[in-house]
Amino acid sequence: MDEQATTLAERVAEMRDDPALDLVLDANALGGMLAGLFGDDVTGSPGQCAHCHTVSMVGTMRAYTRGPGMVVRCPACAQVVLRVVQTPTATYVDASGVSWIRIAR
Amino acid sequence: MAIDWQLGTVTSTRDETPTVRSFTLALPTWSGHRAGQHVDLRLTAEDGYSVERSYSIASEPERSGELDITVERIEGGEVSPFLHEIVVPGDRLELRGPIGGYFVWEAALGGPLLLIAGGSGVVPLMAMARHRARSGMSIPTRLLFSSRTFDEIIYREELDRLAATGDGFGVTHTLTRQQPDGWTGLTRRIDEAMLADALEPLGSATRAYACGPTALVEVVANGLVRLGLPPDRIRTERFGPTGT
Repeated sequence: MDEQATTLAERVAEMRDDPALDLVLDANALGGMLAGLFGDDVTGSPGQCAHCHTVSMVGTMRAYTRGPGMVVRCPACAQVVLRVVQTPTATYVDASGVSWIRIAR
Repeated sequence: MAIDWQLGTVTSTRDETPTVRSFTLALPTWSGHRAGQHVDLRLTAEDGYSVERSYSIASEPERSGELDITVERIEGGEVSPFLHEIVVPGDRLELRGPIGGYFVWEAALGGPLLLIAGGSGVVPLMAMARHRARSGMSIPTRLLFSSRTFDEIIYREELDRLAATGDGFGVTHTLTRQQPDGWTGLTRRIDEAMLADALEPLGSATRAYACGPTALVEVVANGLVRLGLPPDRIRTERFGPTGT
């Protein structure tokens, strides 16, 4: 438990140096858009980060929406798990940062 | 089950503060929601241009067939000025939901509960507080609520009433920009000391929900972890920079 607390505190401290800190949302806020991609509300679904293999609830992943497209980062390692870009004719989804998401039926 | 867009009819509006208004929407096919969830609202102009915003559901799940959203008017915003200035009862709004499987609480989960709100971040926590009141379960709950000024405290009178019932619901206000004459309450931004004071009578089994601007939520989440609350008992809803 202490180790987990230290890791989280350290990570928060690192993220504080990120000038985009204020712009981050919980991916929970993008649940409607994600539901359109995955066919159901996945904010309460667990997903594994392909980089650090941490399993987190999708709703806890960190979403950045101010740039072109949307980027979702792993809350444990901060690496990109998902990118979504909308163009006038298509939606691009790069889910290469996700090993899996478990969507309950 | 995909979440489809549906039309809700505005049946009434209510001014909570000079810049915050609640809207009651009747939704004949609404399947219900859980406290903490939100809806996406979509406005479409005649030329097809559309814009979406997410709004937390303010009302408790026990009210069926309708829901409340509470919207802060953002200067220069694309959606909130329209909702405040143009929308009247009888108008129909397109929305989808309920959305959110993470930032939710139901009375069956129990408590104690520590709810931490910054400004309009109080909205989903109010749904939880209203649901708690309807549950009749007297779950020990503290709402720690940061607002800029006294007049900007959203739901102030209703919160006073909930705190006066004596069923274990308490509210601690902090006013960070300006205080009325004679104010003896807190005047600084939420910090770890405030969290410690709120958490102490509730204990280590507390479930915490924090909603507000990202900067505030980061301080709260970090502070609660340092105070020893297990991370899986801390749920957050960051909604970005203040004023968006």
